[in-house]
Amino acid sequence: MLTLTSEIRTPYHRMRAGAKLAALCAATVALFVMDSIAAMALASAAVAGLYLVPGMRFARAGLGLLKPVWFFVALVLLWHGLTGDLQLGTVIALRLIAAVALANLVTMTSRFDDLVEVVMWGLSPLKRLGVRTAPLGFAIVLVVRFIPVMLDKARLLIDAWRARSPRRPGWQVALPITLVAVDDAEHVAEALRARGGFDMD
Amino acid sequence: MERQFTLIALFAALIAVLGLVPKFTLASGIPITAQGMGIMLCGTVLGARRGALAVLLFLGLVALGLPLLAGGRGGLGVFAGPTVGFLIGFPIAAFVTGWIMERMRGAPVFPAAIIAAVIGGILVLYIPGILGMVAMLELSVTQATLSMAPFIPGDLIKAGLAAALTAALYKARPSSVLSRA
Repeated sequence: MLTLTSEIRTPYHRMRAGAKLAALCAATVALFVMDSIAAMALASAAVAGLYLVPGMRFARAGLGLLKPVWFFVALVLLWHGLTGDLQLGTVIALRLIAAVALANLVTMTSRFDDLVEVVMWGLSPLKRLGVRTAPLGFAIVLVVRFIPVMLDKARLLIDAWRARSPRRPGWQVALPITLVAVDDAEHVAEALRARGGFDMD
Repeated sequence: MERQFTLIALFAALIAVLGLVPKFTLASGIPITAQGMGIMLCGTVLGARRGALAVLLFLGLVALGLPLLAGGRGGLGVFAGPTVGFLIGFPIAAFVTGWIMERMRGAPVFPAAIIAAVIGGILVLYIPGILGMVAMLELSVTQATLSMAPFIPGDLIKAGLAAALTAALYKARPSSVLSRA
């Protein structure tokens, strides 16, 4: 299953997911409290350092994940430059990069299953109130299983379109994709009912 | 009950798939992805509560590290970035879209869906989206709104398509359109 977890082994991979998430929360709050350019530059350097510990390949992968941020960095510098407060703009831009990079670091070094476990653990107090949390785990499994299946069917439909029309596939292909999704939902629901449905735990 | 559950799960998957199929580019050069349409569809087809649940499930998986946002984005980083307002707005938009859809049960599907998709999927979505940008980037509301304005024509097209899709789905599989159940 394709997740954003990096295959490059880092010392962070061994840390517990819950601990990393807690540290991320604290660090992000700290980032948003800082407002001097010196503090922000220091924080950014520290984040860069964290990425360089496992090596250049890992750091470059991390840089790749930051691609969507550059547009907003440019936007911030532009707007704050126009209003004459480029220093504030730089602080905000650095904070943005650092916060996103830190969050990405947790994602890159935590396995999907471990993160799901943390979520289920976090929801466990609800079990005492009588709320059933098991269906959520099953829902996650279902979505994860169905995305590649649906993608394959979507690609088949797009190919079928291309075989019949010289034009590029347009929005009309979304209807059969949706129909396929609805029909699959019906089949899975039937399979669930055949196995006893939801009242089995 | 099982069908509602599987429909929620599969619409969550649908939002992902609509983000992964190729984007279109408007004449102005702004890329539009079909993902926003997926959010609207959750509302118009599944209704308020289940539509919002599907979107929340989708967002949960993005947070867990799956690259399901348009462009293969995902992970916790997107929640730390300037578009977090839009991410928070997604389930709210689906809820309002569904709520309007359910209230307009007496009207034919297409007009109800397009009104629901425009109000829920655009107006209600952009409010937290722009506020998020204001908070994260320390821009004024005007600056943030101007930055997002080029995307609105694409979103209007998406709302129309979502409405057309919902109407077609209602003809083909009426029992699956839970908002009309």
